[in-house]
Amino acid sequence: MTEPRNSKSWAQPVDAFHVGEVAEGARKGNVEGRKPTGPLQGFGQLWQKTYEVRVPGPTPEELIATWKAKFGDFWPDYNKFYAPAGGISPGEVAVIGGGKGPAKVTTGVRVIYADDRSWSYMTPEGHPWAAIITFSAHEGEDGSTVARIHLLVRANDPLYEVSFKLFTSRMEDKIWNHTLTQVASHYGVEEPVVETTVLRVDKKRQWGQFSNIYKNSAVRTMLRRDR
Amino acid sequence: MPTANTTMNVREVAPRVRVIDISGEITSFSEKEISTAHEAAADGGVDAVVLNFEGLEYMNSGGIGLLVTTLIRAQRSGHRLMAYGLTDHYSQIFSLTRLDEAIEIFDDETAALAAV
Repeated sequence: MTEPRNSKSWAQPVDAFHVGEVAEGARKGNVEGRKPTGPLQGFGQLWQKTYEVRVPGPTPEELIATWKAKFGDFWPDYNKFYAPAGGISPGEVAVIGGGKGPAKVTTGVRVIYADDRSWSYMTPEGHPWAAIITFSAHEGEDGSTVARIHLLVRANDPLYEVSFKLFTSRMEDKIWNHTLTQVASHYGVEEPVVETTVLRVDKKRQWGQFSNIYKNSAVRTMLRRDR
Repeated sequence: MPTANTTMNVREVAPRVRVIDISGEITSFSEKEISTAHEAAADGGVDAVVLNFEGLEYMNSGGIGLLVTTLIRAQRSGHRLMAYGLTDHYSQIFSLTRLDEAIEIFDDETAALAAV
């Protein structure tokens, strides 16, 4: 069988995250050497969240190219995205610093997939979410391009699960609403409307993953063990 | 919204064991096809649903998300989710996303059925 046309879009499997060259100031301690975690490895309930905005003008490919290049610029000011030197490409690891209040944390993401219409991140141990997060664009029925963020996410440990219910789920909604608003505004959309869909896929908590708490990056950040 | 070029066929291969033959693509736009096929495969109660990936031509990360939600549905329904027919490339993707820790993977249909 021939290789699928997107075989080079996938990263290679790794046992642990390795941070390459990133911008000065990035704290790698909560990322380097951490195992990748996806929605099957986390502790909390499993949620599927989808955020979409319509952007007339660019093609999906143009929008994704811009979004990749300006990913950190489209985030809220209180979050810092230390992009990898290789850009958003398969296998690259980015460091994240930021949050506010009790959700302050340094962590990272690894690009597990990237093509000209989408890319996906997977999170490391200790990240608030055990997740696969996909950013994509496609043609909408009205001819405009639809920019979409799709999360499949569990809180990584019991502490994060509590904060997810109290605070961080809403904060996350704000981050991605802000991001899509910025993406649309970049293309001149006035008062963009972000549509959000939330679905609880699994109400069970995975108590076997309780010990994830020992890698909690928010706690390590608070104790300044993230360097 | 774009449509996915996906075909899914459900067949019963043993008492309480059904196979879903997957052909074409699995992307985020295959949601309806995969959820309908899994519903049909699990209808009436089964011990295992086996995904046959021999006809898979293309999958992106949106497709991985669908496999995760299908696995959760299987767990909720109380049956096992198994797979065979993965090329080396797709085996690597299962490893990359750690799906291989939750979906039982076999070389072929005979091996999968022997394990039920």
